[in-house]
Amino acid sequence: MELHLTNDRATPDEQSAVDGVLGAPKDRRVIASGNGHGAGEDALGGENRRHLLLPVLHALQARTGWLSPGALNYAAARLDVPPAEVYAVASFYDLFRLEPTPPVSLHVCDDIACKTQGADALCAQLESSLGQEGAPCMDGKATWFRSPCLGLCDQAPVALLRSAGKSPREAMVAQATAQTVLASLQNVMEDKEVPAESRPRIKEFLPQLGETQLRLLRRVGQVDPTSLREYEQTGGYAALRRAMEMGREKVVQEVVASRLLGRGGAAYPTGKKWEAVLRQLRPESVHYVVCNADESEPGTFKDRIFMKGDPFAVLEGLTIAGFAVGAKKGFLYIRGEYPESFRFMSQAVAAALGHHYLGDGILGSSFSFDVEIRRGAGAYICGEETALFNSIEGYRGEPRNKPPFPTESGLFRRPTIVNNVETLVNIPEIVLRGGAAYARIGTPQSTGYRLFCLSGHVKRPGTYEVLFGMTLRQLIELAGGVGGTGRLQAVLLGGAAGSFVSPAELDTPLTFEGVRGIGANLGSGVVMLFDDSVNLKDILARIAKFFHHESCGQCVPCRVGTIRQEEILARLTGNRTDGSTENEIALLKEVAQAMRDASICGLGQTAPNALLSAIERWRLFA
Amino acid sequence: MNESGLAPSALIPVPRGPVPEVPARQAVRMVDISIDGKKVFASEGSTILEAARQAGIDTPTLCFLENLTPVNVCRLCVVELEGSRVLVPACSRKVEAGMAIRTDSERVRLSRKMVLEFLASSVDLSAWPEFGGYCERYGAHPERFGKDALDHKQLVKIDNELYVRDYAKCVLCYKCVQACGVEAQFTFAIGVAGRGFDAHISTEFEIPLPESACVYCGNCIGVCPTGALMFRSEYEMRQEGRWNEAEQTKTDTICPYCGVGCDLTVHTQDGKIVKVTSPLDHSVTHGHLCIKGRFGWQFVQIQPALQDYR
Repeated sequence: MELHLTNDRATPDEQSAVDGVLGAPKDRRVIASGNGHGAGEDALGGENRRHLLLPVLHALQARTGWLSPGALNYAAARLDVPPAEVYAVASFYDLFRLEPTPPVSLHVCDDIACKTQGADALCAQLESSLGQEGAPCMDGKATWFRSPCLGLCDQAPVALLRSAGKSPREAMVAQATAQTVLASLQNVMEDKEVPAESRPRIKEFLPQLGETQLRLLRRVGQVDPTSLREYEQTGGYAALRRAMEMGREKVVQEVVASRLLGRGGAAYPTGKKWEAVLRQLRPESVHYVVCNADESEPGTFKDRIFMKGDPFAVLEGLTIAGFAVGAKKGFLYIRGEYPESFRFMSQAVAAALGHHYLGDGILGSSFSFDVEIRRGAGAYICGEETALFNSIEGYRGEPRNKPPFPTESGLFRRPTIVNNVETLVNIPEIVLRGGAAYARIGTPQSTGYRLFCLSGHVKRPGTYEVLFGMTLRQLIELAGGVGGTGRLQAVLLGGAAGSFVSPAELDTPLTFEGVRGIGANLGSGVVMLFDDSVNLKDILARIAKFFHHESCGQCVPCRVGTIRQEEILARLTGNRTDGSTENEIALLKEVAQAMRDASICGLGQTAPNALLSAIERWRLFA
Repeated sequence: MNESGLAPSALIPVPRGPVPEVPARQAVRMVDISIDGKKVFASEGSTILEAARQAGIDTPTLCFLENLTPVNVCRLCVVELEGSRVLVPACSRKVEAGMAIRTDSERVRLSRKMVLEFLASSVDLSAWPEFGGYCERYGAHPERFGKDALDHKQLVKIDNELYVRDYAKCVLCYKCVQACGVEAQFTFAIGVAGRGFDAHISTEFEIPLPESACVYCGNCIGVCPTGALMFRSEYEMRQEGRWNEAEQTKTDTICPYCGVGCDLTVHTQDGKIVKVTSPLDHSVTHGHLCIKGRFGWQFVQIQPALQDYR
């Protein structure tokens, strides 16, 4: 394709960052023409590599701290993608900056879980020592931003540090205070490690560590996550061997028999997806399996625990999935704010390749399977499965209309299964134990084990593995009871897309069917507690802001509805209603109904849930 | 994307010698569906919108246009489908045997009303001809969101001689991006940039149009439903209060420039050409033109110059 490029040129540094992903260009003249017109590499017989756009943008952001017009032109020419489309994609993601930005950036979470642990005070302190959010600080070498949930709610409040350069760095600061954040910022700027005491930890936030009944979490914190040998010694890859003996039909039958429901939030039967893709298998078929590790629902952090603590289990589940549905390639899409998960998973993929658990001829068979890891770049919407496909393919992370469903037309328009990390970690259990035996665990409609992410005002925040059937009260007791003032005001179940429930509803069993009875859902396993010192209206305002910020903007009900619901809430909270409170609430309900009914995807459809659940339960503005 | 970067029709060679036989088309299968309680016989592969129109049911649309692939983003055409948790877009959802559809239920009416209110409270819909009628039909009152409702008010972009871009009127229907890209022109001068309420149509790095890849085919104007993209001639006449569609004459003709033979519809007012369009259903253009057909008519009305030649 003949591309029209502006005269902005990439610096040698920017070129080398792009070439680091794509390899050196075959023909230097392609890029050097610089007069506004250059033939892309497609003209020279290159293949369509648009799916490498996101990795290329990451490489540029990591090298210089922002994406300059010259750099984007170079990326456009190398990938043969029109620059207007490269710009359209780059401007979609929060973690990419399109204006000159200092090389070091600090992202401080001010989302709901961190709010209960003093995030607002932390941000205020940072504002007084570093200046306005978004402005250069530390002699122009750094800047800071408020951020939506960073997925470390058990160790709130938290911050993410990113430093661009030849050897880019990323680090999380857990249980942050102004002192530790500033010290960490200083350290990163001096190319030193973040102080050990403020780095995230796994063991302390696994209160059940060492308990023998654990299945999904049994290795986390107990084995070296970088050691394939330790994984094998603790039963790892036995399920893959077993699956390959069973054959793909039998594996899928077992997953169907297990009645496993997806753990990402939508609770769709995993076996149904697998069956639908396997049914389409022909000798020439190209199928994909995708592990959705874009865990971005506020209050959710369980998938991070697996990726950091038991990465081979995630890979084994994904490999079995690939084997079962006849896929030769799997993708693992990890949210951009999880640098450590990315590192551990990358190490695991390399180790598995080296030991024939991935690659050609797995375990000496004819089955070949590769895994590519992709990083998100700050977009909650990319956790929606079809938005995730678009993101991997190098397009804006906008959801597609369904039907067709991913099982018919998914990644690269091929039959695809998408499963959440926790869902996949259940797969080896199902293969080894048998689907029917697995289905006997839990309740008839909610089979198996379930992870819950406890955060907010709880005594022992962290990740908990339980059998389905435990009540909300029992789970809170397991986590040491209510923290903060000790007097519970509300529980957010399922995340920002979930619902608030009241202390009167604590005896609800935490099963899919149990919470449905109180008009809630388990979502991604979020259980966030708020004591009676919290102003729930502030929490609702933050949730409304979250959806406004994370809407992709594609469809009208969500793009405008998320703004209007935020505005109505602000008027109600500030007693600035034009008409009566009843009118405002009625309007809010109409906005909510249209968003639920007419939005393209789950984001818009669930964006009003938590707000309305709280307003209705506590008659907040009556 | 077409790999050659050209519209497929331009690649079809003129046949020489005996013309190969066209394979017989399979008979279109028909399926039974019901719309608003009425039995409708719709052809398989058609959309709910087409079936509804066939049954004489008017369905409001905004981001839909017959010559482009439906993107179903405005959600104005949503209908209730039995068995579906959410409403479905009529413009893109294909009919299936046994579907029971309701196009005027309470839920449908509420969503359509809210979409109209969402749009009208954030952008200027004054140049969308159907807007007033739809508001009346669905009881939409956009002022309910208050005078402080966040909107897209901004200055009109006038950076070239041929057309203006008034993004305060943009409903983000994606049609101009489609027309500029794979659905007509293959120029790719614009895309949707930003996210959420900040999403907007943009060239790369927000550069002015004359510096971009734009070739001024004007196909984006041809598909814009709300007048956000407008001939400069029309824009200036509107500004001066001289634009009067009732007084205009539309004349169909063939473009005089090249041998393709595009159909033109020449819009004239007071004896002068004020804009040029092409019929959407024309087999050659599908409504799309090039810069010459769309804008190259000034010579017709340069009276003094013509007299000089006599």
